[in-house]
Amino acid sequence: MSTFAEFLINGISLGSIYALIALGFVVIFRATEVVNFAHASLLLAGGYVTAVLHDELGFWPALLAGVAGAAVVGAAVEFFVMRRHRGADHSVLAIVTIGVDILLATELTRRIGTDILSLGDPWGDSVVTVGGVTVAETRIAALLAAGLLITAFLLAFRYTSWGVAMRAAAENQETAALMGIRLGRVSIGAWAVAGGLAAVAALFLTVFPTPGLERATSLAALKAFPAAILGGLDSTTGALVGGLLVGVTESLATGYQGDLAFLGRGIGDLAPYLVMVAVLLIRPAGLFGTKELARV
Amino acid sequence: MSETLARSGLRVGSPAVYGGAAACLVLLVLPFYLDRFWLQAGLFAMAAALGAIGINLLTGATGQLSMGHAFFLAVGAYGYCAFAGDGADGLAGLGLPGWLAAVLAVALSGLAGGVFSPIAGRLRGAYLGIATLALIFIGQHVLFNAHDLTGGYNGRAVPPLSLFGLTFDDTELLVAQVPFGAVEKLWYLGLILLLGGVLFARGVLRGRPGRAMNAIRDHRIAAGVMGIPVARYRAAVFVLSSMYAGLAGVLLALVFQRTVPEYFGMALSLEYLAMIVIGGLGSVAGAVAGGVFVSLLPQLLNRYSDALPLVSAPGTGGIAPGEAARYLYGAAVVAVVLFLPGGLARLAARRPGKPGSGKGPKNPTHTPTTNEPSGEAR
Repeated sequence: MSTFAEFLINGISLGSIYALIALGFVVIFRATEVVNFAHASLLLAGGYVTAVLHDELGFWPALLAGVAGAAVVGAAVEFFVMRRHRGADHSVLAIVTIGVDILLATELTRRIGTDILSLGDPWGDSVVTVGGVTVAETRIAALLAAGLLITAFLLAFRYTSWGVAMRAAAENQETAALMGIRLGRVSIGAWAVAGGLAAVAALFLTVFPTPGLERATSLAALKAFPAAILGGLDSTTGALVGGLLVGVTESLATGYQGDLAFLGRGIGDLAPYLVMVAVLLIRPAGLFGTKELARV
Repeated sequence: MSETLARSGLRVGSPAVYGGAAACLVLLVLPFYLDRFWLQAGLFAMAAALGAIGINLLTGATGQLSMGHAFFLAVGAYGYCAFAGDGADGLAGLGLPGWLAAVLAVALSGLAGGVFSPIAGRLRGAYLGIATLALIFIGQHVLFNAHDLTGGYNGRAVPPLSLFGLTFDDTELLVAQVPFGAVEKLWYLGLILLLGGVLFARGVLRGRPGRAMNAIRDHRIAAGVMGIPVARYRAAVFVLSSMYAGLAGVLLALVFQRTVPEYFGMALSLEYLAMIVIGGLGSVAGAVAGGVFVSLLPQLLNRYSDALPLVSAPGTGGIAPGEAARYLYGAAVVAVVLFLPGGLARLAARRPGKPGSGKGPKNPTHTPTTNEPSGEAR
């Protein structure tokens, strides 16, 4: 039972990280209707900046620099690439982000090489045991940080003028523009926020028990895609639920993979995608996504 | 018929016909002069072109984003091995004749696409793109784990193809004093397959199905109202695209002579998307051009890495040729959409003397988004 509780807590913690990434993905989609396939590379960029700077600056300033770095990369992608394409077909824009992803990912994996970089986090591999349930400190920190950031984000989304502008732009771009909302700012803001959230997620994807930042980290980050999709691409609630669902499934499938040996090794990495396919078969717009209604 | 000919710009005596004939002749005599490296590179380009035609039918002409193309290539490649293998290496094999195995492998790819059609027929846009991402990971999982069928991490050897008593392996055959090995023989097979693939895809795109596909891409609801069975068309295009991928997979397997699971990863799917964007969405010629560009680029850089600035041999610390190629085609994707919507195909069509000939179907980048109802956009 206590192992199950451990898997569950680890899963929720992992899921909150996925939710953080998926949230950024959804924010970009809502603000600009562009699916950002370069999201995993943004995350890798944030993690890389933190990893390079933590020796000189110390951990917390380096983390801030990583967040800022990823936000700048996100904003730069928006400003130099996406903005030039505004008005183009959305599937073409999605392919443009794939081009950006190829560029960013090649550069970052070349820099990282075969190294495994530490991000210099203060938690190390210490664990906390409560009532027979042992959980790594990093997992608790991840849960707290993700919870805090998500709450802050949702509050800002609801109550600040930035959030109102963003929601208005998501509702109807033309009307929002006519009401004096500067779509360019909304969209660059969305990309920057998404980058920042991804950088925090990068930290928690690479701390104990994972060895550190490596090439494969972007593969782990990719699991936020099924999270965002199965929740529904245009729903922030969906991103959270999807993230948790994916995290818990992955954690349980990895934890019990001894019992699932007939499915082959590494079934945990596959579980998020299988859950996504199952959900999409029943609900093609995801759990919380807006069903498309079109007027002809 | 005459309208079709006129539209394609193919009139007897026009420069395009002479140019095409000359190009065909050059392609036919190349194996007599080029060495193994170039022929192999050319064969990779042909396989890539076939695969790119497939994904261009799906993503370019019908507007269905697919990130799972590599999966269907893998089905084709491994399907061929499994049908043609004789089980001598301890891996499952039916021992069928090579040509039958190749046909069955292509059919199997189509079947795999058909199995996915409950999803492919219902999801659109980004949802479909990410759902097809699942195929890649499922495919990789199976390839690494189904050891008896795929050989696991080390992959499996590809049995040579034999057709009409001619075996496409390295037993040398003297043709006009030139020894023909596997690549020389496969070169002609590749040319025939590519020609067939191009003609078939052009036929599909220029006829009724092509118009229906473009209508679905440009406005799904309007297409449905006009009586196009949208869901059935989408599923059918998905199957057809998978079969093209399967054929490309078989050809690749024959050239590689060994299939390894790592090759069929996500990077390959992204490469195919890059090909069709660079070449031109929705156009067959564009798919071929893009396929040749993206698949030849790393090999050229690799070959001439000594002579090129900034590029150095792999493992020496600088930018390896493979990475340099990825930088180039990643940038090409972004640049093409920025500066050359319609890709290389439109560049060719824009030549002076043919003003606005509009070769290839209208590109989706030119669809004014303001005409779309807001619901259609997501």
